[in-house]
Amino acid sequence: MPRRDDIKKILLLGSGPIVIGQACEFDYSGTQACKALKEEGYEIVLVNSNPATIMTDPEFADRTYVEPLTPEYVEAIIEKERPDAILPTLGGQTALNLAMKLYENKVLEKYDVIMLGANYDVIKKAEDRECFKEAILKIGLDVPQSAFAHNMDEAKKAIKEIGFPAIIRPSFTLGGTGGGFAHNMEEFEEVVARGIESSMINEVIIEESIVGWKEYELEVMRDHKDNVVIVCSIENLDPMGVHTGDSITVAPAQTLTDREYQDMRDAALAIIREIGVETGGSNIQFAVNPENGRMIVIEMNPRVSRSSALASKATGFPIAKFAAKLAVGYSLDEIQNDITKETPASFEPTIDYCVVKAPRFTFEKFPEAKDILGVQMKSVGETMAIGRTFKEALQKALRGLEIGHIGFDNKLDYKGIPDEKVELRLREPNASRIFYVKYALQKGWGMEKIFELSKIDRWFLYHMQQILELENALVTEIQKTKTLSKESLLKAKEYGFSDRQLSKFLNTDELSVRRLRKEKGIAAIYKLVDTCAAEFEAYTPYFYSTYELEDEAVVQIEKLRRQSGKNKKKIMILGGGPNRIGQGIEFDYCCVHASFAMQELGYETIMVNSNPETVSTDYDISDRLYFEPLTFEDVMNIVDVEKPDGVIVQFGGQTPLNLARSLHEAGVPIVGTTVESIETAEDREKFSNLIKKLGLLQPANGSAISADEAVAIAEKIGYPVLARPSFVLGGRAMKIVYDKETLLSFIEEAKEVSQGHPILIDQFIEDAVEIDVDALSDGNEAFVAGIMEHIENAGIHSGDSACVLPAQSVRPEIVDEIKNVTCKIAKALKVIGLLNIQFAIKNDKIYILEVNPRASRTSPFVSKATGIPLAKTAAKIMVGKKLPEFGLSYEWLQKLKHVSVKESVLPFSKFSGVDIVLGPEMKSTGEVMGISSDFGEAFQKAQISAGSSLPNKGTVFLSVRDEDKRASVFIAKRLENMGFSILSTRGTAKVLKKSGLDVEEVGRIEEAKNKPLNVLNLIKENKIALIINTPSGESSQYDMRSIRAASILHNVPCITTIRGARAAIYGMENASGIHVKPLQDYYQTEGNVSCAV
Amino acid sequence: MAKAILFLEDGTSFFGESLSTVGESAGEAVFNTAMTGYQEVLTDPSYAGQIVCMTYPLIGNYGVNDEDVESDKVHVKGFVVKEFCRFHSNYRATKSLIEYLDENNIMAIEGIDTRALTRHLRVKGAMKAIISTEDFDPASLKKKLEKVPSMEGADWVKNVTTKEKYVWKAEKGSPLYKVAAVDCGIKLNILRILARLGCEVHVFPASATAEDIEAIKPDGIFISNGPGDPAAAKYIPETVKKLVGKYPIFGICLGHQILGLALGGSTYKLKFGHHGANHPVKDLLDNRIGITSQNHGFCVDMKSLGEDEVEMIDINLNDQTLEGLRHKKYPILSFQHHPEAAPGPRDAQYLFDHFINLMQEHKKT
Repeated sequence: MPRRDDIKKILLLGSGPIVIGQACEFDYSGTQACKALKEEGYEIVLVNSNPATIMTDPEFADRTYVEPLTPEYVEAIIEKERPDAILPTLGGQTALNLAMKLYENKVLEKYDVIMLGANYDVIKKAEDRECFKEAILKIGLDVPQSAFAHNMDEAKKAIKEIGFPAIIRPSFTLGGTGGGFAHNMEEFEEVVARGIESSMINEVIIEESIVGWKEYELEVMRDHKDNVVIVCSIENLDPMGVHTGDSITVAPAQTLTDREYQDMRDAALAIIREIGVETGGSNIQFAVNPENGRMIVIEMNPRVSRSSALASKATGFPIAKFAAKLAVGYSLDEIQNDITKETPASFEPTIDYCVVKAPRFTFEKFPEAKDILGVQMKSVGETMAIGRTFKEALQKALRGLEIGHIGFDNKLDYKGIPDEKVELRLREPNASRIFYVKYALQKGWGMEKIFELSKIDRWFLYHMQQILELENALVTEIQKTKTLSKESLLKAKEYGFSDRQLSKFLNTDELSVRRLRKEKGIAAIYKLVDTCAAEFEAYTPYFYSTYELEDEAVVQIEKLRRQSGKNKKKIMILGGGPNRIGQGIEFDYCCVHASFAMQELGYETIMVNSNPETVSTDYDISDRLYFEPLTFEDVMNIVDVEKPDGVIVQFGGQTPLNLARSLHEAGVPIVGTTVESIETAEDREKFSNLIKKLGLLQPANGSAISADEAVAIAEKIGYPVLARPSFVLGGRAMKIVYDKETLLSFIEEAKEVSQGHPILIDQFIEDAVEIDVDALSDGNEAFVAGIMEHIENAGIHSGDSACVLPAQSVRPEIVDEIKNVTCKIAKALKVIGLLNIQFAIKNDKIYILEVNPRASRTSPFVSKATGIPLAKTAAKIMVGKKLPEFGLSYEWLQKLKHVSVKESVLPFSKFSGVDIVLGPEMKSTGEVMGISSDFGEAFQKAQISAGSSLPNKGTVFLSVRDEDKRASVFIAKRLENMGFSILSTRGTAKVLKKSGLDVEEVGRIEEAKNKPLNVLNLIKENKIALIINTPSGESSQYDMRSIRAASILHNVPCITTIRGARAAIYGMENASGIHVKPLQDYYQTEGNVSCAV
Repeated sequence: MAKAILFLEDGTSFFGESLSTVGESAGEAVFNTAMTGYQEVLTDPSYAGQIVCMTYPLIGNYGVNDEDVESDKVHVKGFVVKEFCRFHSNYRATKSLIEYLDENNIMAIEGIDTRALTRHLRVKGAMKAIISTEDFDPASLKKKLEKVPSMEGADWVKNVTTKEKYVWKAEKGSPLYKVAAVDCGIKLNILRILARLGCEVHVFPASATAEDIEAIKPDGIFISNGPGDPAAAKYIPETVKKLVGKYPIFGICLGHQILGLALGGSTYKLKFGHHGANHPVKDLLDNRIGITSQNHGFCVDMKSLGEDEVEMIDINLNDQTLEGLRHKKYPILSFQHHPEAAPGPRDAQYLFDHFINLMQEHKKT
């Protein structure tokens, strides 16, 4: 049967902001779905609150709503758009849960909207653990022993039967939020309480522990004719007990015989049929006892998942695209496999390489949180590597993580690590366990002992052992011969050793190894990802590197050249690698746009990236895709084959930017802003000189080698100061310092990270308004596309701060001045492409905090808010277009009458014990956008989308530092006017009472421990609707930490700055009903915004 | 470990390293794209006379065991892989793959760009090849290959068929059906499945006459899979011809081709053979799609059979070739793919039930 004709308009739900457990893989799946359904002629209505997504680009859907993903807002959209169907299986758990609510609220029934992909009963059967277990037992499959509990008594009863260790998982959550592992009663109680709290239906399942078993996943697709295929099998290197999102995983499964694999496949088919997923992709997890092969079904996701994105990239089989087509009535055999162009999608991909996915963690951002892994996901990103062997893929994955490792290497000398520590790090799953496997192997512990400690399958350990053995052999050879023979060098490359690893053994530099390698005729070659292990001719332009005979990239490039008869110019775009805090989907968005823009101009585009979650690594985005780590070596190898006419480094975030210098020196043609300009902006001294030369202002600053020097500088500048080591990874370890004592202790702490590099000290401009500017520049002229005002005070990382566009409290003269200054800087730095500047404004003085001559995190937000395709335009400028060709004008920007607010989304609920104070270090994982004709409503929408909807009644806990006391009076008055009652700590209460406000006083937590009026208790009892708590200077107090921790746990909105509080109150005052409007209408009514060219 | 060459008859060479077995071994080079199931492949008699290249690069991961065999010996002439895994991890494993290959004196070569080799074979077609650890001279190797008989026109069945007739008992209880199996290189999993379905299988040498077979008064006849060119073992279709119409007949792979010939049809060589465990086949009777295991280079020409007598009931969705046929008058069914899987998906195992049904109906009459 071809497509369904009974539906015309389809509502597609996105997944909202990037959070741990739900990253840009759903932009990938949603974008594929939009494309696939539009291709079929359906009208697409899309809802997603995340502005940094490709899918919310106005051309991907017919009606694009950047609105909160809540039942209320989506109902309003349904009422307005009257879609025939809703597709909830491509927007992660968020979309699925939302669709469930819309069904339960009878909204779907009311507006006669059908659910595509999976219906309510199916989702319930798959997601509700009790129903699922019943279904599994019914078809004769095995599950762990388990029981449900809705309260502590039930839980305690259950654990008596099951016994420790046990796993506790809440029903209906995403990314395993609130789950945990308990070895004893104490841990048990804590995890159960948290689990019940975070479950949408206050339910947890307590389960027999199968920790240490082998873990597998199968990606399954089914069509309405009941045809089922397995797209990919995945085996986890980290055994059961670690969330699969936090595990190193390998595709295909390695240690199952065909018989066992077929048993698992049969089970998966039986499960998808029994659960009844009508069409689309599902993911099923299994555990296998390594001792006897007992196979247990763990869980199923009746939707496209992170693993589906991985499976799609690992095999070349586009799960989300096909899922969308199946949802509208096609069957698998009616869909063509794009890769072979001749065969249908009703087949099972077979691969002739090995894929390793490694998670990227960000524990360094949360020093209080332990890097211990469990059933709750903690990683913020991932990288995938493809190699012909596991050893090669593993080493590529580890260097692709960009965590300072250049393969399966040593950061530390194993001799210096006590055995007890290695034992512990092997036993307790953690972010760096894989490297402890190496230390253990180096200590000569042997596979058996390491297996006993870690339960990592011996098969994986054996391959790691082989890598180490080769390393030792190479080192020995070098000791004897001072060099490496061709054979050894080739073997090392086949084992995935990077040139940098080899340079360490050879005691030389990376370039020398590269030269040596080339002299010996050893070069990387590229193989095709083709779904069929070369059994059929394939047309995918999707490659990975290895060291073998035949280079298929060369074959394909030559073939294309012969066919077209001409040489198209080539632009290569370097992506951002694994997501991390500070570098995520925004940069992928820019890279994808760069590719589109270059194709529009007739270039052939080449994408290089290693992040399987992204749109950029979809093989039909660019003319050719290289799935490779973003290191100098890997990029240069591709340059050797492709010989691009230009390389774009300014869109992928810090990752490609860090390569710019070495690529430039190697003669790679980098387009856009020059490497020198980038360096001028990044080098403190050069930058200061430039600012001085231009007659602009910068916060006073200095750098110090010694503590005494630092104190002297700080005293000269005047406290507070912003202190940071000059040499750290990713803007880490910054601190606002208010006094000498703290400065000294900071310097002491910073010693470890700065390793002899100076400490930088900047004047900290307190209570300044911070402004972020995104601009385009062609070297002569600049155009300021967006001036965003931060809602938090300066000093909070711009990535964590809410901001509003256009700026609300900046006078027009200052706005003009900001534009002038931006143009001056752009011209002085000869910026060609994008430019982002951060300003602090105090007393009408404009201080320049930072200049980034590259795509910024806010570029997609500005594009969505203004309709100006910033990244595309910048890319075109980079290859020679001039600004005037685009017809951009400020008059026209002023015609836009709407206000856009960006709010960040923080991951604190995943890191128990971490204080949620915001500071100069970025901590957020994602962002949302609220858009309205009114600032208050836009802010309110942004808050709702970020998960903390502002209350309209109840008690507000207001406790502020001394500097904010005066400002708090006005805030309290407005709250009182809206009918809120106010609760304050002594100091704040005193000030408020003085101003005639009715305030209830609450003691400090210590004092009030046993009294009923205790803030913590009130938060726990849900008696507080809103917390406004500004940190008092530097000293972080016990009270604040526990209050904020409790607010996160109990989901009470918590505001930490006075500016934030003002915005919130403005939003609350203006909350009046639900208004929704698609981006297309915002742009339409306010003048056409699409750029010329 | 010794340096080894894989030399193809078109003059292409690949270099790698051998396992313990040294010397020379020639055969037809083919590839298999299944990611699991190397032990089944090695012991599948259909691979007799062939040098098999596994496209999945890591081979040996789960070792070998006593159960996952498809016959009592290794049949391949040579085994070509990217990397042998010398360490295996699986609770059922009894030894490593390389020990197994060495014990069976199989010429095996690793370190080969198996993807390049596969692409080469895909474009140029299956061809003769030789693995050698002794002779690296192309001219001399070429000469040696010239003496190796071609797969086309070669009767390989006689090398793999059972010497003596034997009986494979029904799994439990008294047998429901008596099946006469013509062993052209039968895979054990076919016997296991038939036994599970209540069949007592009398396995005959391929040279058995129609009279030999009829003597046991079978309820049904099975023509097995096997190696080589179906047109080369003419005596088998001759035998089958005499049985057509008298008994339910079920054929798999070579058995299907033999039936095609026995029914008066012809076979042709496919441009690209089917060699994997991921081929979609549509059952035209109920429109169900199954993922099937396949291993064949020849195909029955549907046109040669005539639609009056025979109908196509299974079709390969990749290249629209014939995958299964049914006789319109007689209880005859046969399939080009492998419903018995091993290795591969078991989606088509239900086809054995059709054979059982045919026998059941036949018994009634």
